[in-house]
Amino acid sequence: MAAEAEHAGSFPVDPLHQFMIQKIVPLQIGGFDASFTNSSLWMVVTACVVTAFTVLAMGRKAMVPGRFQAAAEMFYEFIYNMVRDNAGHEAIRFFPFVFTLFMFIFFTNVIGLFPYAFTATSHIIVTFALAITVFLGVTLTGIYLHGFKFFRLFVPSGVPIVLLPLVVAIEVISYFSRPISHSVRLFANMLAGHITLEVFAGFVLTFGAMGTVGYFGAILPMAMIVALTGLELLVAALQAYVFAILTCMYLHDAMHPGH
Amino acid sequence: MAQDMAVNEGVTTDTPTGAMPGAADAALEHVTTETGVPQEAHSGGFPPFNAQTFSSQVIWLVLVFGVLYLLMSRLALPRIARVIEERRGRISSDLEQAGAAKAQTDAAIAAYEKAFAEARAKAHAIAQETRDRLTAETDKQRHESEASLAGKIAAAEASIAATKASALANVRLVAIDVAGAIVTRLLGEDADKAATENAVDAALKRS
Repeated sequence: MAAEAEHAGSFPVDPLHQFMIQKIVPLQIGGFDASFTNSSLWMVVTACVVTAFTVLAMGRKAMVPGRFQAAAEMFYEFIYNMVRDNAGHEAIRFFPFVFTLFMFIFFTNVIGLFPYAFTATSHIIVTFALAITVFLGVTLTGIYLHGFKFFRLFVPSGVPIVLLPLVVAIEVISYFSRPISHSVRLFANMLAGHITLEVFAGFVLTFGAMGTVGYFGAILPMAMIVALTGLELLVAALQAYVFAILTCMYLHDAMHPGH
Repeated sequence: MAQDMAVNEGVTTDTPTGAMPGAADAALEHVTTETGVPQEAHSGGFPPFNAQTFSSQVIWLVLVFGVLYLLMSRLALPRIARVIEERRGRISSDLEQAGAAKAQTDAAIAAYEKAFAEARAKAHAIAQETRDRLTAETDKQRHESEASLAGKIAAAEASIAATKASALANVRLVAIDVAGAIVTRLLGEDADKAATENAVDAALKRS
């Protein structure tokens, strides 16, 4: 960290500064810090955008949808089919949760790409909180639906008795590492993408400071930023999709543990 | 940890308008003024791993996500579902109507074709019957005329034969007279009537 800080010191832009949590309204609730921060602000913005998009777009409830309505319906059917195909028909009651999850992550990621915006999903605690919610929800659903039989999930059928302890141990470890991989995937992708963008932006500033020659030199990193922004848009959508579809698969395991 | 907290607090309270009302502006100003120059930002270490900020992020995440979940599950999703359901119902009822209309059309076409075939068969039968009747009538008329013609021919032939016979009979009488006259002229005396008749009959038989 210190080395990074020193390195950043010689760089015109600190690539980590964008991840700083800034308190806007300091608050303390029961000894916990509950300040309204820039992260909270952009979460609220995301929630407002998602709500506006899904509610206002359906305002006219047209039989032949307009653009916004068609887009809202597209999101709906996309997630609906995802839940139905990956988690099964019985899991459709979790559709509102998966939909909220996908929309929240998707819009947080995309809105975070705007300059000066904060990406709440670039913080491990946010993605981990989402992942642990999914993990606990899925585990409790599985135990609620199947009782003790849920633990058959850890005992794959057709494995020789000799190998069984090893296989069960591996299954248990992989099961409990799910929330970690689930959250780190999203967090790391967002973090890395934003750092990369910022680093290239730093190059543009470095070249820009060099005068006329530098302006030409700045073209290359500038083009990189444009290309990377496109890539990050893809990553933003893809990671939201991956998060949602993994949730569906975990739900599927909870619904059908015996295989 | 406590030190970090203090520094973090310091960051926000150091801003010129650290008070609550203008806080948002202050934070924004903070962001814009700091983009160029890195400063005490690193005192908290790598920001995503700064545990000081965890509680507020989790609290706000739970709050925002919970509200968003309620808005989605109670308000937005049922509306979208209703519209999609209505459209699906409308499409399927339209398709059903179209299917019913098509069935009707097919039935009408079938009925038309059946009627057409019946009419054609009837027309065919009428034509056949008329043709047969006309043929029969013609045949009858032909037969009748043939019969009457045959009768007339037979009568004509009979009258011809009668005429011929009477003519022949006349020929015999004339021949007998002529022969008697010739014999009378040649011999100067009346010929024997019976002998003349025999001679004429014999001559007629030879001819």
